[in-house]
Amino acid sequence: MTVLSSPRQDQTDGVLRLREPLRLDSGQVLREVDIAYCTYGRLNADRSNAVLICHALTGDQYVASTNPVTGRPGWWPVMVGPGRTFDTDRYFIISTNVLGGCMGSTGPSSINPDTGQPYGLSFPVITIADMVRAQAMLVSQLGVETLFCVAGGSMGGMQALEWARSHAARMFTCVLLATAPRHSAQNIAFHEVGRQAIMADPDWRGGDYVGQGVRPEKGLAVARMAAHITYLSEPALQRKFGRELQRDGLSWGFDADFQVESYLRHQGAAFVDRFDANSYLYITRALDYFDLAQSAGGRLADALAAAAPVRFCVLSFSSDWLYPTSESRVIVRALNAAGARASFVEIDSDKGHDAFLLDEPVMRDALNGFLDAAGAARGL
Amino acid sequence: MAEPLYAADREDFREIVRLVRPGARVLDVGCGNGELLQLLRDEKQIDGRGIEIGAEGVSACLARGLAVIQGDADRDLAEYPPASFDYAILSQTLQAVRAPKEVLSNLLRLAERAIVSFPNFGHWRVRMSLLATGRMPDTRSLPIPWYETPNIHLCTLRDFTELCAELNLRIEASSAVSPTHPARAINCQSPLENWRSESALFLLSRKSAALSAPVRPGDLFA
Repeated sequence: MTVLSSPRQDQTDGVLRLREPLRLDSGQVLREVDIAYCTYGRLNADRSNAVLICHALTGDQYVASTNPVTGRPGWWPVMVGPGRTFDTDRYFIISTNVLGGCMGSTGPSSINPDTGQPYGLSFPVITIADMVRAQAMLVSQLGVETLFCVAGGSMGGMQALEWARSHAARMFTCVLLATAPRHSAQNIAFHEVGRQAIMADPDWRGGDYVGQGVRPEKGLAVARMAAHITYLSEPALQRKFGRELQRDGLSWGFDADFQVESYLRHQGAAFVDRFDANSYLYITRALDYFDLAQSAGGRLADALAAAAPVRFCVLSFSSDWLYPTSESRVIVRALNAAGARASFVEIDSDKGHDAFLLDEPVMRDALNGFLDAAGAARGL
Repeated sequence: MAEPLYAADREDFREIVRLVRPGARVLDVGCGNGELLQLLRDEKQIDGRGIEIGAEGVSACLARGLAVIQGDADRDLAEYPPASFDYAILSQTLQAVRAPKEVLSNLLRLAERAIVSFPNFGHWRVRMSLLATGRMPDTRSLPIPWYETPNIHLCTLRDFTELCAELNLRIEASSAVSPTHPARAINCQSPLENWRSESALFLLSRKSAALSAPVRPGDLFA
């Protein structure tokens, strides 16, 4: 275990070894599991102000501090920090890198303790529930029994939902942004395109690229390019790029003539510098396997029955076609049927799925109101 | 849902607060900025939920610490399981929904009792306005021109009581509400009240349902 303190005393950045082996949904058992995490703010005396923020597919634990790999600010600075919605002066914020990730948590590029070699494709297929199991153990090891809030957008929202299904007694509120209770056929289809792009790259080497000293960068970049389109809306893409060209005139070839091509290529190229191809395969698989109602015979309200005492805030974005408002409504309907205190707003935005990462005043106001009221009820 | 029609909504609210049993589970359909739910929470310690069509209204409700879902009466009431609430409130909104009969049925499916208020189209000002001018009434309770009004299903006191009979609903109490006079209990079957009541408020339940706490009429409209 290493805990590195950053210059500010109320920020930590470290890796914890889970005390026990992790029993996975697949039936396999992972031992010597490490979970990388960051914390911001201070845990109060009665340990009631902890907030877990769960990241999306390609996010990480650096929610509000500089990512050491990219050198860029955290992925949610508009929402997390002193005086922000997730106020680090008020809450003790915990964020983890998911199981299967590539920013310090155990994943396919980690060393298998049984062989001394990188796992590669011998890493077991994991689920969102497995990620949450590991998080729940980490949260306990940090000395936190009950979380004031579990919050997440996109895949982070799915983790928060899974928390509500399996650990409702350990949470007071749940914030679900731009998310869904299951992956749709279209969601799975887009992920399959990404995975096939990676596996078609000769440098993927059947998943053993780490051992062979290469990286399937082209395949991973194409996967990112395809996925990135799903994070944006058509109007936003049109407004940002239209048919604008990179240079004067067409090249009459296959260079990036259009600005949108150049933009996507840049997104792909920047992504391969910070992400592992096998992690991408495993995490997208976990998303595709996600169907929260499955554990309750397909009845989402039954799956969420234990969450009746939890306060939920569900937000969707009008131009999100990856996890559209209709999916949030399915969640809200189930929460109503389960008797939970659910609030829901569809936020009018043309910025697509990624709107939840941006500074959206209506989202901020809604969450501020929700968290303030819940905080008052919790005595924070 | 609809914009508040006139300032006496507050009088409307006070009537509703009087009607609701302390500690009850309440759904306010078309809860606006959450004023009524907050009043009910503060004065009757209710466990409240709201449905509101506008995102700004929902945000305002969240800031008050209320649990509110963005939605509308026509589409979203069917999603609630039966008997989820003690009271469902539809304040000055019935006339603006697409299917008032279905909405009313739904209210009394998901709640034991419904509290419904609406502007009475049988009020003398409305009748006189139409009679005298030959144009759609322009009154203090119906001030919006016909081409802009959200009120698409206006009814009179008599229309409403007939619909209640058709739906086999028990009218436990009814009162007249106006911006200038305190609310007063009325005999809603009386043709005179159909002239006199500017706005009407009803406490309804299903005739077939066994009520957990029967209402004593004397308690209701002080």
